[in-house]
Amino acid sequence: MSNVSDVIIIGAGIIGNATAYFLTKKGLKVTVLEKSEYIGNGGSSRNGGGVRQSGRHPAELPLVMYGVKNYWPTLSEELGTDIEYYQEGNLRLGKTPEHIKTLEGLTNSAVSGGLDVRMIDYSEAKEICPYLSEEVIGASWCPTDGHANPLLATLAYYRAARRNGARFISGAEVTEIRKIAGRARRVITTEDSFEADTIILTAGIESNRILETVGLHVPMNPALLECLVTEDSPPLFYQMLGTAMADFYGHQSKHGSFVFGGTTGFEPYTSLGKSPPATSSSAPGTCRGIMKYFPVLKDLKIVRSWAGWMDDCMDHIPVIDAPEEVPGLVIGCGFSGHGFGISPTAAAILSQLAVGENTVLDISKFKYDRFKVRT
Amino acid sequence: MSANDRSRDIGAFSAAPDDDMIVCRCEEVTKGEIRRAIYDGMFNVREVRRFLRCGMGLCQGQTCAKLVKAIIARELGISQGELEDAAGRAPARPIEMRIFASERGRDE
Repeated sequence: MSNVSDVIIIGAGIIGNATAYFLTKKGLKVTVLEKSEYIGNGGSSRNGGGVRQSGRHPAELPLVMYGVKNYWPTLSEELGTDIEYYQEGNLRLGKTPEHIKTLEGLTNSAVSGGLDVRMIDYSEAKEICPYLSEEVIGASWCPTDGHANPLLATLAYYRAARRNGARFISGAEVTEIRKIAGRARRVITTEDSFEADTIILTAGIESNRILETVGLHVPMNPALLECLVTEDSPPLFYQMLGTAMADFYGHQSKHGSFVFGGTTGFEPYTSLGKSPPATSSSAPGTCRGIMKYFPVLKDLKIVRSWAGWMDDCMDHIPVIDAPEEVPGLVIGCGFSGHGFGISPTAAAILSQLAVGENTVLDISKFKYDRFKVRT
Repeated sequence: MSANDRSRDIGAFSAAPDDDMIVCRCEEVTKGEIRRAIYDGMFNVREVRRFLRCGMGLCQGQTCAKLVKAIIARELGISQGELEDAAGRAPARPIEMRIFASERGRDE
């Protein structure tokens, strides 16, 4: 098979797979190179599945609002796979006046970005979700937020792009992007080489290793994220849940199991090995957080826990850009642990950048050259 | 690790008489569903279980892991040795949230 295509995508996570899907729909010949033996083996399979608008960085809000309006509700139908999207709202819970202050800050910021989100008191929250602990004193409520299954969504984009003719090669570790006549054109792997008019880099935390071969670097660090899943339970509630302190977040899945993630404070202190080092302390800590807000879940059995790396950018929002420094290259990385919800929109924009179309939304806040030294 | 081209020709899916057989009992996943997923591009144990949830239930694949692996190897025409086992994860067996939560030795 020829190793020349219109576009090469490096990294078969949900961003890369969805970009491949959009490009094959435009009729382009696409090759996707994935270092891992598995499709979607990075952050795409290692996150809580939130499709949240509330609590977003203001710069990302238009992307996720566009996605919630235009992509998520029809994605299962479009991809021919049930990706288990629920749009039943997001409750972000607080137990102390300090928590409420945090929630009010997030809410005001989102409202000024045009989002329908508001503060509610305990009794209203209890009406939405009757299983709340009585210690909750208030919450922010965004009725159009939701969640989906990130494992399925990632593989559903892969499946659909592959059906459309995209060539995916796993176990293909890219070592270098090489310029020809001043333009990024050739992609070298440990075993082979490929060529395309445009190269899109969506390799998460591993992007810098490849970017450095063309003299670029995105200021980001790996951060460890851990998740857990319970046995299945009869349907209780389908809101996306979070807290002011981010002790945990999660939701009940279509299957009946609850999927939760949590933060420990140790996230930035990890090292990149072959696979993310799940710790013995993170999932139990998340459980303690959950039980303080949802004591009803205390007897549910935990069946599995797992970890992944976030590509945490200096300002915690991604780079989505075709940098002037390297013509022919498009970058989509640094999603900082909240890439899943914006993945369809981000991929649509990356596919537009790849073919030189106007992007559907303004991406000036996601430019590669936005990072400046302090003095 | 070697390159695995997901566009290589593995022929067309054809139904088999035992496709209704349940392979993963915890999650009730049939052989036919697993075979179909392979033709949809899920070329290893990890992708099949993420796509179908087989081996992700209460027993975490202790019963079906070998069967799933054998089905994938047969459909792809490769030896089982070329397929990595799915990763086992903590906890080693299902454990109540309130007990898992007390890893620090306190009953919270």
